[in-house]
Amino acid sequence: MHATETLPPPLLALAGFSKSFAGFTALDRVDFTLRAGEIHALLGENGAGKSTLIKAMTGVVARDAGTMKLDGVAITPRSAQDALAAGIATVYQEVNLAPNLSVAQNLFLGRQPTRFGLVREGEMRRRARALLSEFGLSIDVAAPLESYSVAIQHIVAIARAVDQSARVLILDEPTASLDAHEVEVLFAVMRQLSARGIGIVFVTHFLDQVYAICDRITVLRNGRLAGSAPVEELPRLDLVRLMLGRELSEATSRRPPVIEGEARADIATFRGVGKAGTIAPFDLSLRAGHVVGLAGLLGSGRTETVRLVFGVDPADCGAAEVGGRAVTIGSPREAMALGFGYCPEERKTEGIVAELTVRENIALALQARRGALSPLSRREQDALAARFIGLLDIRPPDPERPVGLLSGGNQQKVLLARWLATAPRLLILDEPTRGIDVGAHAEIIGLIRDLCREGMALLVVSSELEELVTYADEVVVLRDRAHVARLSGAQIEVSTILATIAQAPACADAA
Amino acid sequence: MNLRALLLASAVSGTLFSVGAQAADMTIGFSQIGSESGWRAAETTVSKAEAKKRNINFKIADAQQKQENQIKAIRSFVAQGVDAIFLAPVVATGWDSVLKEAKEAKIPVVLLDRDIDPAGKDLYLTAVTSDSVHEGKVAGEWLVKTAAGKPCNVVELQGTVGASVATNRKKGFEDGIAGASNVKIVRSQTGDFTRAKGKEVMESFIKAEGGGKNICAVYAHNDDMMVGAIQAMKEAGLKPGTEVLTVSIDAVPDIFKAMAAGEANATVELTPNMAGPAFDAVIAFKEKGTVPPKWIQTESKLYTQADNPMAVYEAKKDLGY
Amino acid sequence: MALRLPRIGTSQIVALGLILVANWIVSPQFFDIRLQDGRLFGSLIDVFNRGAPVALLSIGMVLVIAMRGIDLSVGAVMAICGAIAASLADSHSLPVVLAAALGAGLLCGLWNGLLVAVLGIQPIVATLILMVAGRGIAQLITEGRIVTFTSPDLAFLGGGSVLGLPTPVVLTLGMMALTLLLVRGTALGLMIEATGGNPRASALAGIGTRLITVAVYMWSGLCAALAGIVASADILGADANNAGLWLELDAILAVVIGGTSLFGGRFSILLAVVGAFIIQAMNTGILLSGFPPETNLVVKAVVVLAVLLAQSPRLGGHLAGLGVLFKRSKSGGRRS
Repeated sequence: MHATETLPPPLLALAGFSKSFAGFTALDRVDFTLRAGEIHALLGENGAGKSTLIKAMTGVVARDAGTMKLDGVAITPRSAQDALAAGIATVYQEVNLAPNLSVAQNLFLGRQPTRFGLVREGEMRRRARALLSEFGLSIDVAAPLESYSVAIQHIVAIARAVDQSARVLILDEPTASLDAHEVEVLFAVMRQLSARGIGIVFVTHFLDQVYAICDRITVLRNGRLAGSAPVEELPRLDLVRLMLGRELSEATSRRPPVIEGEARADIATFRGVGKAGTIAPFDLSLRAGHVVGLAGLLGSGRTETVRLVFGVDPADCGAAEVGGRAVTIGSPREAMALGFGYCPEERKTEGIVAELTVRENIALALQARRGALSPLSRREQDALAARFIGLLDIRPPDPERPVGLLSGGNQQKVLLARWLATAPRLLILDEPTRGIDVGAHAEIIGLIRDLCREGMALLVVSSELEELVTYADEVVVLRDRAHVARLSGAQIEVSTILATIAQAPACADAA
Repeated sequence: MNLRALLLASAVSGTLFSVGAQAADMTIGFSQIGSESGWRAAETTVSKAEAKKRNINFKIADAQQKQENQIKAIRSFVAQGVDAIFLAPVVATGWDSVLKEAKEAKIPVVLLDRDIDPAGKDLYLTAVTSDSVHEGKVAGEWLVKTAAGKPCNVVELQGTVGASVATNRKKGFEDGIAGASNVKIVRSQTGDFTRAKGKEVMESFIKAEGGGKNICAVYAHNDDMMVGAIQAMKEAGLKPGTEVLTVSIDAVPDIFKAMAAGEANATVELTPNMAGPAFDAVIAFKEKGTVPPKWIQTESKLYTQADNPMAVYEAKKDLGY
Repeated sequence: MALRLPRIGTSQIVALGLILVANWIVSPQFFDIRLQDGRLFGSLIDVFNRGAPVALLSIGMVLVIAMRGIDLSVGAVMAICGAIAASLADSHSLPVVLAAALGAGLLCGLWNGLLVAVLGIQPIVATLILMVAGRGIAQLITEGRIVTFTSPDLAFLGGGSVLGLPTPVVLTLGMMALTLLLVRGTALGLMIEATGGNPRASALAGIGTRLITVAVYMWSGLCAALAGIVASADILGADANNAGLWLELDAILAVVIGGTSLFGGRFSILLAVVGAFIIQAMNTGILLSGFPPETNLVVKAVVVLAVLLAQSPRLGGHLAGLGVLFKRSKSGGRRS
């Protein structure tokens, strides 16, 4: 990236922003520059640090280090109100307004025009109409906000922010719940604001939209600045590369040769299964000793696929066959009865039970399968815990410690142990190495290989492509909630996967 | 139901039949509170019987303990053009406007059992209520007479803390024993007007007073608590009714059963017949123009084991208590 | 999320001991126990006898709360089941009476459980429905009056004794033992704690969380039914207006005093029962003390606050800090 002489001076400049939470580094010396009138995309996968950066720049969390200058003046907002007073406004995906109040009341909440302490309702409505007409919106401002579409609610939120003399506007995934037409309306407003010299930070997962409206792109990965460039200098493939991993040169295939000739029993076959509005129908075949990887950007349908396979969100079409028998998988319990196991991505909310001990967490799934009336004796539980603490090197090796007190990597190992204790035929791992330290990465990958060798079928979701290629026998690439490609053998290369993910739908190339 | 027994039980005035004959075709609406207690159910039963005796067309509206329902009922009675309205007010305030409407329609209103805020005095014809201070006093005077000068330690089971009936019955009893230095209250706790709490509190009184040996008499603000207390005494090996005197208020059927068994001594009646005197007052007012006094006090009759308690029990047991 | 190491319940047992000692101070005969008609008789026995209904409720309540639920209907269920027992007592044999009353309790629990687990209604709202309607149902059964009975069989459950111990105390201990056996002798306890601690994770681990939810509310209904039978048997009658009134709040308080979090997870049946007896020890003490009744609620509130504060880990830290400060200022004073 090059600083061109013709660029206007920066409106907002962040330098060396760092933030750690309890030993976990969420932001590591991130720089970010926003110019007046610029629409600047802030991109990154889950956990890349986008939210933390926004929170740190709006004072919602206190930064550990770094400087922040607005128009050349150093500021340190202590709260969202503080940031707003300084001229930095944020509009979140979930509009932060009062849905039961009128549009006008929402626009002027807390700063209503008053006379002798009384709200001047008429004046407020007149000003509300004037304000919204600037955005080409002529609606009944006396109607409650909730009577309007999400897009209009967003525009009201934006209008409120801009009217409070905002000069920097942060839009956090505003388009996530909008349809194509509503996105166009929102974009018109954004262009208008940009023309007025307001700097816009635009967070989104939709790459098409980035190319449609943004001037500049900044990519975060693992809390670090992965790159920043004008949009015309960063083609789609390079962008995906920046978001997902290291340079191509690094990401060479280290995949072990596939052992052919070995008869691999089909564990489970899915034909045409899908769920309306969640994941398009797909085929999937899972075999003993075989690892199928699922690759794609956030929101591409990876987690949706595995939740469907495990019966969390059951399929509404297609057919599944397990061990040669036709089955319907309507709940996790039914999936477990078929010998499936599932380590979810959301370790804290869907995985561990924080206040129970390591021993109890490990015993949970096996116990659930045996039923409440045939309890594992304390001795069996102790043996189970001791075996897996040793096998997976869970630290500290204390079976009676509440699992919430363990590090992320060890929590992940406890989850793995929970499912390994049930001796599953198919184990589903959703982002098994997310948010854990590098040492634990290697151990967990080693474990996946071992399990595979022992004849378990594995279905692994991972954003760590260079890891995925080292153990996957087959990689399914997903885009826009559909399986778009199945790669196997020599095709399993990071570059191929990236190229497949980045292939733009034909119509979006114009942007 | 046996009419003679009913008369005995509810202390109806003797003039009732002569007036009743003239009252045919009169319509009276009654806004009753709802089923809050056995006494309230008995009041409804007795009111109906009293109306029937006088050939009065009597309409009862159950308010389910809500003032807004009572206001609606009164408006509807006014709209129907009844001859008089009886009201057992669920709360003391908030009646002004609806009672004014009745007054403008020239329909007399009689309050039953409870009074309303003083500001409304000219808005109703009369109030038929019992005097709960007087009830307590009757109980106290009975005990002074029965103790006959011997020293007597009394334990008191109060009603719900803060309830005006509890406060008044306590005050009345204290007035009743004021002249007798031999009778004194040694312990007083709330039993919340319930059997279970009455029993629990009595158990602790017995323990605190040397196994009950120091207790000469129990005074309870209602019969239900006394029924519980009698059980507690029996379980502790005491003999209520002989070793320990009992006096309580309300005259519900179960206390007569205990009196018949010799386990209770006396009760003061809160009569469920508030409607009888009210009917008489309305009839006199309508037909002779006699303006009744603002307050018609019902009789607080004392019953003891000498009053054939089993017969009273039989008369009262089907009234809905 | 607060992570707690396994508790041993010292603070609750110390609290109970302190309150009993306080009772002894206000009423010197507090610990006197004698045999009366083959039954132990004394204030200490009263504490356990009178505390039995709330203790029974707390046994069911602690399981519901461990599942992140709450059961506001137990007081009303007591009234319903007590009314059924009293109405049938003089015309049917004891087994029939008990089956009807306990069955009604299970049915009430089933209703609550289905509302919560199947319809997904928030527990506080779901059980509020039966809390309000249940008392009305009880009043319908008794026709608004106190239904009395003379059956000595049913009366025995309230006023009788087994080996000198009042029957309600024996029933409470029996119910506690049975519940402990069911919950800790099987894997149900673990599943309840897991579901309360993290419902989504537990469902994904294959635990039948709905079934357990329904079962737990039914158990709470059963405990409430037994409490209602005991309460009716005690006064030889069913008082639909007052039986179990507000006892749901005492049961919740007992569970909280017993150290189970309202956010679910780890629970202790034994300490919930201790909590119920703490509450009753306080009530009995107030009755024995001879304080004017107007002070009852204030005294109760102060003692509950003290017990809960003693359990608060955060306050413990502050107190330790204060202690250090206090020592410092004292030593500072000495020096000057």
